[in-house]
Amino acid sequence: MKIAVLSGKGGTGKTTVSTNIATVMNWNYVDCDVEEPNGFIFLKPEVKKTEYVKIPVPKIDEEKCIRCNKCADVCQFNALAGTKTGIIFFDKLCHGCGACTMVCPVGAITEEGRKIGKIDIGNTESIKCMRGLLDIGEPMAPPIIKRLKALVDEETTIIDCSPGSSCSVVAAIEGVDVAILVTEATPFGLHDLKIAVELVRQMNIPFGIVLNRADEEHDLITRYCEEEKIALVGKIPYAKKAAVLYSEGKLLIEDEEYNKMFKGIGERILGVKACS
Amino acid sequence: MKICITSMGNEKDAMMDSRFGRCPYFAIYDTETKEYEFMENNGVTAPGGAGIAAGQQVVSKGAEVVITGFIGPNAKRVIEGGQIKVYNGKGGSIEAEIKLYEEGKLTMIENAAPAHSGMGK
Ligand code: SF4
Ligand code: SF4
Repeated sequence: MKIAVLSGKGGTGKTTVSTNIATVMNWNYVDCDVEEPNGFIFLKPEVKKTEYVKIPVPKIDEEKCIRCNKCADVCQFNALAGTKTGIIFFDKLCHGCGACTMVCPVGAITEEGRKIGKIDIGNTESIKCMRGLLDIGEPMAPPIIKRLKALVDEETTIIDCSPGSSCSVVAAIEGVDVAILVTEATPFGLHDLKIAVELVRQMNIPFGIVLNRADEEHDLITRYCEEEKIALVGKIPYAKKAAVLYSEGKLLIEDEEYNKMFKGIGERILGVKACS
Repeated sequence: MKICITSMGNEKDAMMDSRFGRCPYFAIYDTETKEYEFMENNGVTAPGGAGIAAGQQVVSKGAEVVITGFIGPNAKRVIEGGQIKVYNGKGGSIEAEIKLYEEGKLTMIENAAPAHSGMGK
């Protein structure tokens, strides 16, 4: 079973929720937030294997090229431009779709791999962990996310997604069994949450909400969940001891109270799947 | 010879736009017929690579000179590949810019501006 953890925006505690639940429930952990994978800071797994992710990009043989510009015309991403002096290739814009190779009438294009990032595979004492890491300056996260997901096995796995609702998030949550949306009890939190709810509803993914830094007085998220009939699977109150553990790079479940709380959330997540 | 000016509007009294990749229109002036033609910039609607799309359009049109404000590095590569000369306009009307060019009062842009400098950042 695959459980995706997402958030409307950064800083809501998505990685805290993912890493703590994964450890307390003995579920595997995959960090798909490839631009800023932070999960390993808390889980501290031993990395056993690293694999590089490449995308196929065109290489043009100037001798064979007849300057017909067909490749530049077909490229949807403006990665190729045809000029008097030949075809100019912009590697950072290329999605590796292969369309240019297909249309070239004289076979002047071959494909070569271009490295865009890597995947680290390892484990802690109890769980398997993976993370994707996009090279600095590379704009294309989805190929790494897709590769990561292809490596996920049948065991129950938490997938920590990028913040927001970009194409990286869509790639990360595609085909998961349950989604958990982490939010905060502020008007901004609610605004971003609604966008995330829209996304998982459109993708037909059963989901529940975890309210982080919960505040009993201003509980607009609880009200929203009641109105919308969404399962509120957990409320994590703000506590100083949590901030201390966090700042030391430790998991909150080292504290007994939090340990129980995250176990409870993990069990209710299984319930979301069962009810849908 | 065709001269391309990045333009805010599609009439010859429109003002020059200082952005290359994201200007709404390209004014194409033919020095032989003394006529203007306007085309919408494909770069404006491009999800990525605006400067490249815009550059490709100008190259395909057969322009030999471009008058604009800033031109990003990607667009510059395309424009250079098309062996087009780029001049720094003064931000006046299209007609005024052509006049300045013909009088030799515009300077050539040698170095590309940093990426996205035309996007209000
Ligand atoms: S592989 Fe696709 S994205 Fe890359 S240059 Fe060719 S057509 Fe464009
Ligand atoms: S399609 Fe092939 S022959 Fe035509 S311009 Fe591109 S590389 Fe050259």
